[in-house]
Amino acid sequence: MSMPFYVAPEQMMKDRADFARKGIARGRALVAVRYSDGIVIVAENPSETLRKVSEIYDRIAFAGVGKYNEFDQLRVAGVRAADLKGYQYSRDDVDARSLANSYAQMLGTIFTHEMKPMEVEILVAEVGLVADGDQMFHILYDGTVMDERDYAAIGGDAETVSTRLAETWSDGLDRSDAIALGMKALGGPDREIPLEELEVADLSRSNGRRCFHRLSAAELS
Amino acid sequence: MTMPLFTTGDDPGSSFPELLKRVGLHTAAPTAMSTDLMRELSVPHATTCVALTYADGVVMAGDRRATSGNLISHRTMEKVVQADRHSGVAIAGAAGPAMEMIRLFQLQLEHYEKVEGSSISLEGKANQLSMMVRANLQAAMMGMVVVPIFGGYDLRRECGRLWDYDATGGRYEERDYVATGSGSLQAGTVVKVGFHEDMTRDDAVNLAARSLWEAADADSATGGPDALRGIYPVVATIDAQGWQRLDDDDLAARYEAIVAEVRSR
Repeated sequence: MSMPFYVAPEQMMKDRADFARKGIARGRALVAVRYSDGIVIVAENPSETLRKVSEIYDRIAFAGVGKYNEFDQLRVAGVRAADLKGYQYSRDDVDARSLANSYAQMLGTIFTHEMKPMEVEILVAEVGLVADGDQMFHILYDGTVMDERDYAAIGGDAETVSTRLAETWSDGLDRSDAIALGMKALGGPDREIPLEELEVADLSRSNGRRCFHRLSAAELS
Repeated sequence: MTMPLFTTGDDPGSSFPELLKRVGLHTAAPTAMSTDLMRELSVPHATTCVALTYADGVVMAGDRRATSGNLISHRTMEKVVQADRHSGVAIAGAAGPAMEMIRLFQLQLEHYEKVEGSSISLEGKANQLSMMVRANLQAAMMGMVVVPIFGGYDLRRECGRLWDYDATGGRYEERDYVATGSGSLQAGTVVKVGFHEDMTRDDAVNLAARSLWEAADADSATGGPDALRGIYPVVATIDAQGWQRLDDDDLAARYEAIVAEVRSR
């Protein structure tokens, strides 16, 4: 029988975190920005078909960066959890906070118990019935949850993007301003992202029961 | 919220009923119950619905009454409901299983759309409903029959399409019109006589409203327009722009016209 080498727990956690962070940093960032009628999510995504942003439930959206198959697995699990809860209780009982907690539990468990942590960072956003109820949860590869109020940036170079958002965001933006602001923050001062490399979706209070709406290229220009 | 996770071989895919089975929320059909006992339970029954095609899509309509034997158990039941953006279901039969079937059907369409990122084709939706009716066969044999009509706008073929079902899940596409429930004979006959191809939306809605009027006139289980309480049948149209339900004021005016016409005979 072979004996595995001893690795200090601190070292092991650090190695795993470094591994996950490296994977995430390779991908491009995405931002969520709160505006007067809801939340808009802008992602840099050259693919037309492999989505980073999608609908979870009536008022809840999901966005992920990192390894596509891993965050897509999380997305589907979220849709299932939300639909099951809505079926068992009521549509009103499905909320982003408890969904974010479940994601955090899952990611935390995988981080410590599995061979390989998930190389993902996700965002769960919910629009309230009034602006005060808008919520965003930013969840890391190790299960750390952060709640954000006005804007959030996840993925490679998220800190720089977040700083740019902090400088430009103000209360009461309209949707097109919020999208422009998100694009600016993603691109930075000396790069403009072409429209065809953008994926934009919004959660709008005035959209009826299902608030999620994906913006087409025509709607963006 | 617990996260439902599955191994690759056990994954329910984009099917919501399968997911319910996997997590143990699926309710099995009642098994050991006699038809007599079922009758004693006096489960409410929902009745007449009609649907017909017109130039731009389909019209679906249903009365609002549910009966338990000779009693009226509900006056405001909605048997014609939107299934998703471009389709609707109308249901006649045992109200409990019928409403649950509608709920599951709506959820399945939405669940699929979210998981897969695109909607099911119209024919695929009709097929899904057929499977749900078949799953209810055990209950149907004990008197809890559910017979829906499914209608919608086919975005690929750019036309309205209709299907009706039998209790075993048999699925039949209809070209022009279809009626189901206790007043279906009267309602179906009115539509049959008044139907012609490429009707306008307005004419098709009037014909559907008229057919329910005649059904309510001859069948005690079908409710007519109730001006006293302000309850009117549910009438909706589905075309390329999607589902659109007519409001009560509109229907009130149409029924007033029918009343005036009947009076002037």
